[in-house]
Amino acid sequence: MLIFERSRPGRRNAAQAPNHEAAVSGIPAALLRKGPPLLPEASEMDVVRHYTGLSQKNFSIDTHFYPLGSCTMKYNPRVCNSLAMLPQFLARHPLAPEHTGQGVLACLHDLQEILKDVTGMAGVSLMPMAGAQGEFAGIAMIHAYHDARGDTARTEIIVPDAAHGTNPATAVMCGYTVREIPTNANGDVDLDALRAAVGPQTAGLMLTNPSTLGVFEKQIQAIQKIIHDAGGLLYYDGANLNAILGKVKPGDMGFDVIHMNLHKTFSTPHGGGGPGAGAVGVAQRLLPYLPLPVVARQNATYRCLTEQDLPQSIGHLSAFTGNIGVLLRAYVYARMLGAEGMHRVAEFATLNANYLMAELQKAGFTVAFPQRRASHEFIVSIKPLKDATGISAMDVAKRLLDKGYHPPTTYFPMLVPECLLIEPTETESKETLDGFVAAMKEIWDEAHTTPELVKGAPHTMPVRRLDDVKAARELDLTWKPATSTRAV
Amino acid sequence: MPFIPHTEPDIAAMLASIGAPSIDALFDEIPAALRTGKLNAVPEGMNEMQVTRLMQERAAQDVAMLNFIGAGAYEHHIPAAVWQIATRGEFYSAYTPYQAEASQGTLQLLYEYQTMIASLTGMDVSNASMYDGASGLAEAILMAVRAHKSSRRVLLPTTVSPLYRSVVHCIVKLQNIELVEIPFDTAAGTIDLKALEQHTGSDIAALVIPQPNFFGALEDVDALTAWAHAQGALAIALVNPLTLAVLKAPGNWAGKGADIAVGDGQPLGSPLSSGGPYFGLMCCKQALVRQMPGRIIGRTVDMDGKQGFTLTLQAREQHIRRAKATSNICSNQGLMVTAATIHMALLGVDGLRRVAIASHANTQSLAKLTSGLSGVKPLFSAANFHEVVLQLPKPSVAVLASMAEQGVLGGFDLQPHYPQLGNAILVCATETKTNEDLQRYVDALRHALS
Repeated sequence: MLIFERSRPGRRNAAQAPNHEAAVSGIPAALLRKGPPLLPEASEMDVVRHYTGLSQKNFSIDTHFYPLGSCTMKYNPRVCNSLAMLPQFLARHPLAPEHTGQGVLACLHDLQEILKDVTGMAGVSLMPMAGAQGEFAGIAMIHAYHDARGDTARTEIIVPDAAHGTNPATAVMCGYTVREIPTNANGDVDLDALRAAVGPQTAGLMLTNPSTLGVFEKQIQAIQKIIHDAGGLLYYDGANLNAILGKVKPGDMGFDVIHMNLHKTFSTPHGGGGPGAGAVGVAQRLLPYLPLPVVARQNATYRCLTEQDLPQSIGHLSAFTGNIGVLLRAYVYARMLGAEGMHRVAEFATLNANYLMAELQKAGFTVAFPQRRASHEFIVSIKPLKDATGISAMDVAKRLLDKGYHPPTTYFPMLVPECLLIEPTETESKETLDGFVAAMKEIWDEAHTTPELVKGAPHTMPVRRLDDVKAARELDLTWKPATSTRAV
Repeated sequence: MPFIPHTEPDIAAMLASIGAPSIDALFDEIPAALRTGKLNAVPEGMNEMQVTRLMQERAAQDVAMLNFIGAGAYEHHIPAAVWQIATRGEFYSAYTPYQAEASQGTLQLLYEYQTMIASLTGMDVSNASMYDGASGLAEAILMAVRAHKSSRRVLLPTTVSPLYRSVVHCIVKLQNIELVEIPFDTAAGTIDLKALEQHTGSDIAALVIPQPNFFGALEDVDALTAWAHAQGALAIALVNPLTLAVLKAPGNWAGKGADIAVGDGQPLGSPLSSGGPYFGLMCCKQALVRQMPGRIIGRTVDMDGKQGFTLTLQAREQHIRRAKATSNICSNQGLMVTAATIHMALLGVDGLRRVAIASHANTQSLAKLTSGLSGVKPLFSAANFHEVVLQLPKPSVAVLASMAEQGVLGGFDLQPHYPQLGNAILVCATETKTNEDLQRYVDALRHALS
């Protein structure tokens, strides 16, 4: 039932609204609304029950193992939430004077310093509100750098075919054309193709390392030399930073600019789709272009740098100061981990991924790169099982739901047919991983004995497989009352 | 080890299964020269008790004052149930609802959100949110240019927040879009229609129409929308969703309605939080839905014919279309939208209207009370909603500093952004302010001017 169907005309929550008279004065009639909006008229208890009930229809990290590759669904510590929601943090207006926000600015400054250290970059701006906005900021900085040098013939960004879709989409938003280069059989960048692709038109390369194929790009030193020799800059997509946190710094690999997904590596909640935070880090030569504001510490006081301080900045990405509440959660998490904890993130994320890969291989599943170490994630191809039984990666994913597991990422990266991209993260125990392997074995058996059961999955969810074609063809994006008595 | 459950026997058994001698051996594909040594700037780890102490001390350094600043972020009462439910783990720690069968809670909530916001704005469809109002406006401009096809010229009045204009410039400038500023009528505080009419007959992709505008003043939205349509341009409405409980919905502007409506959803349940996270709302006409960026939820049926909800029109998005996507946008502000939906459901039709009207009435009262002070008066003649520009007889920086010393945030200083206005500040009194609070404002201002 929808909240609108619980609505009864005239029902209101007196406790939540001001007592003020509901009549307006002093506004010309032509500017006023003609009829009430379609909002529910429900009691507080109705609303609480309705949304509590809806929440119970979700899988989440708090309720289920969620090995979604490329998404780093690790435990979101509760204390990060409660401390980010301290009343003084919540109450402060973004345009209040800086002396009224020394506490929050100190946290942001400390977080910038921590992120600089773990990434090996010379400067960090916390402002991008999501990974994709961090990518935008990064490529816009590369653009600004070339422009400032009068090097305006660089019109192309190189992107490996294994990259996240955001990479080419970002390059286009920054006015670049995209040149895609292939991956070799080992899962690494095809160096010959890269050499052939670079030239005076090359503005830069966007690279994820470890790549979306779940392997560390071993040729990174050669790649960075090819790009830099051609006059391009190297962009690090930090989507997989969890795999190398405390093990290798993007700055040491030669990257000029990176973004980090703090909602992945620094464990802030995904919230059903956001908000994220996509902090960017830069090497020395890109410092003048960082997005504003950057928090500086001067004479024991914290202040936000402005256009006067960084006149070449690419500018502002949000009306105020980015997703501060998310940044506070990341800061609490970083302080709890400390230096030792940072090293352990990559270690145990990698241990869990390699263990799970080994166990699934033993169970008969085909992994995409058996000759390679897994990073924090790895790919299983269901193609052999599909050829034998007709059961697809999608069927396996849906059947996992019945067994109480959120499925891995399916059909990404597109280079591997019928793929499952599996990322267990460091916060899962051996028992959980063993339980997942047992569920996968059961599905393997079911694929051979009762394939219809798998093809018809899920059977235990609030709904079965949905008609996506109908959803797209007969668009129903808003609820409408059966007999409309309302106007706007 | 914080947040890592492994015991020593677990580690041994796992390494044995892998066939690796140590955890370190798992990193043997990383060239040795690149391996990280010590982290120097990261302090030692803290336990929960220690980090709580640290953060409480930091929070205590943030000074609370009686706030009369709006300028794009508004202090409203948020019902207790909103964040208690939004931070339930099932909402808080869920991913984007790609696996629809296991995400019906988030998906249905987003469908309800789309319904509420589309109805508030009077538009046909809504997406599931943008990052914030400012970046949402930038995306609306890109969308309008895609939809218009022939022109890359967008009129951006200076009655749009200067903070928003700065973000728009940053996001669209690399795509050869020409942003043309339209000045405002310095008497009325609204878009200068004569200046606008100089563009009559030229090829324009869109006109941005803020309502209320940055000065809190009400624009003649019908005339502006009609003018835009007469030029073959799209009308982009930039709105505060709370005010739409009272003000004419963009879908009804000039009869036919605006083409795209955007705004910041912060007044619907997002705490001020020094600036974020908030969320951007984005709605449009049905005909433009395939040009809209961001996630969209549709209602459909499952294989048994039962109602269900799913992400739809994904062919617009970067994970499918890559370089040809409508935007690089990937996430939305799901948790803030969760809070907004619960917030709107709790307040309902009547509650939202009362909040809007009380905010309007408090601001009118404040303007009247301050007019009793010598040299203080509302600067503009146009009707306003819940913000007002006050002209001061002394430098605004010094006046605001003096008020802050008295524990009152007296408003947003317009001087740096609109030097032509002289000593002018933008003031907002929402429903959270009592008559005593308003009097305290007047007393603090009187003292600051004395």
